[in-house]
Amino acid sequence: MSEVTISAGDTSWVLASSALVLLMTPGLAFFYGGMVRAKSALNMMMMSMVTIGVVSVLWVMYGFKLAFGYEADSPWYGSFSLSGLGDAVNELTNNGGVYPIPLLVFASFQLMFAIITPALISGAIADRAKFISWTLFVAIWVTLVYFPIAHWVFAFGNKVGDTVTGAGFLAARGVEDFAGGTAVHINAGAAGLALAIVLGRRIGWQKSPMRPHSLPLVLLGAGLLWFGWFGFNAGSALGANATAGLAFINTQVATAGALLGWILTEKFRDGHPTSLGAASGAISGLVAITPACAFVAPWAAVVIGFLAGVICALAVGLKYKFGFDDALDVVGVHLFGGIVGSLAIGFFGSSKVNSLGLDGLFYGGGMTLLGKQALGVGLVMTYSFVMTLIIGFAIEKTIGFRVKSEKELAGVDLTEHAESAYEMGGILRGGR
Amino acid sequence: MKLITAIIKPGKLDEVKGALRDAGVKGMTVSEVSGVGRQGGHVEVYRGAEYPIDLIQKIRLEILAENKEVDSVIDIIVKTASTGAIGDGKVWVTPVDQVVRVRTGEKGEAAI
Repeated sequence: MSEVTISAGDTSWVLASSALVLLMTPGLAFFYGGMVRAKSALNMMMMSMVTIGVVSVLWVMYGFKLAFGYEADSPWYGSFSLSGLGDAVNELTNNGGVYPIPLLVFASFQLMFAIITPALISGAIADRAKFISWTLFVAIWVTLVYFPIAHWVFAFGNKVGDTVTGAGFLAARGVEDFAGGTAVHINAGAAGLALAIVLGRRIGWQKSPMRPHSLPLVLLGAGLLWFGWFGFNAGSALGANATAGLAFINTQVATAGALLGWILTEKFRDGHPTSLGAASGAISGLVAITPACAFVAPWAAVVIGFLAGVICALAVGLKYKFGFDDALDVVGVHLFGGIVGSLAIGFFGSSKVNSLGLDGLFYGGGMTLLGKQALGVGLVMTYSFVMTLIIGFAIEKTIGFRVKSEKELAGVDLTEHAESAYEMGGILRGGR
Repeated sequence: MKLITAIIKPGKLDEVKGALRDAGVKGMTVSEVSGVGRQGGHVEVYRGAEYPIDLIQKIRLEILAENKEVDSVIDIIVKTASTGAIGDGKVWVTPVDQVVRVRTGEKGEAAI
């Protein structure tokens, strides 16, 4: 067996992709921050920013090993040990086979996924969470939910010769999730639903208008997310190769399809295509193509994106029907978008575009792949929802998760952070 | 005819507005105002430096009412705007000499 040496091309692309994926979290902060009222814009953005802090530290301590350690040889978790990244500087990545990129580059790339996933959840509990409780929640949640699920989905095991040890449960069963439709989006969506239930509805929900305070910020955030998502999806090829190219073009065209799908739905239903709809549509398409981007042909990506745009535009109305205050539609966009994309692989999956993938229903592969996909969707959704309910209620019953009503009315920017987002130079506010 | 002026907490506007509408009050003027009172202000902190903000944002409601409606309107405002905490606001009533509707030229109670 010949020695694998580091590929400069592959390593460069994954390093660049890691930085792209990091940018998505500040992008998400803008996307979410613009959507809330001015009195809680900073808190909304801080919930994303603190996630970067907490998860990065936990990752370098033990998170990486809990997700990608293979010593325990378990399908459910990595290994319970320190990440020990300092001892692995000269190691190559082995994830179901050796990749010509350093292990620390792979660890950096995967860290960015671990950061954005809990940040996505924060949209469900806008305007009303105690910041210290949210910070604690992030630490517990990534430890008990994200790191294990990342192992199920993304850990293909340590392959030496023909022997694979420590592959994740879903990865070993051939459930196809290229960049995190289940591990990131269904996971965050189900957790968002659970937390919206734990914290309850905001004061005045559905009575007083809770309009987005800055749609330009939302569009800025959507743009940064879209840009960073090329790293998320095409970077998941872990190399500068044909698969990365396929993931890249699919990411672009699915997002375009979803943007159009959402605003067309609005045009027919409400009469006006909106900027918030275009931004939300783009995100729903990015979510849906995430698991599928390297397993389907570009024409199918357009169809998946368009379907996601339409379905998510309709799904965001469910919270009013069922009465849960998922403030920024984490369920409607990420849970539903993730389900559409993950199941779509079962129909549109094509071994012609990617020899590692199976053929779906439309390519003569029968129901096999669709069954695997349904297993992945169901398992991740159930585990995430139940665990998040438990963690959320544990925090609510001990230190409290929701702010007092007078703080909620005054705005969490002031009460949690002692700041206000906008100082427009009014004399009354001491500026000019 | 009377002018009822109320200062209330911003978060209570929708509730008060809704209750007044339900009681048949047809019009009002709402403005965002700042002021000082017994509530005191708050402190904002930027990189460790404290900035006391003593002017607090409130909502001012102005309602023209016929004499016989005055007590019930005040009642509704006081009931719905109250949280029991310092800073809930004030309501006061001033006499009005004349009211004219610009479009029709109607005067007095007909113009309310």
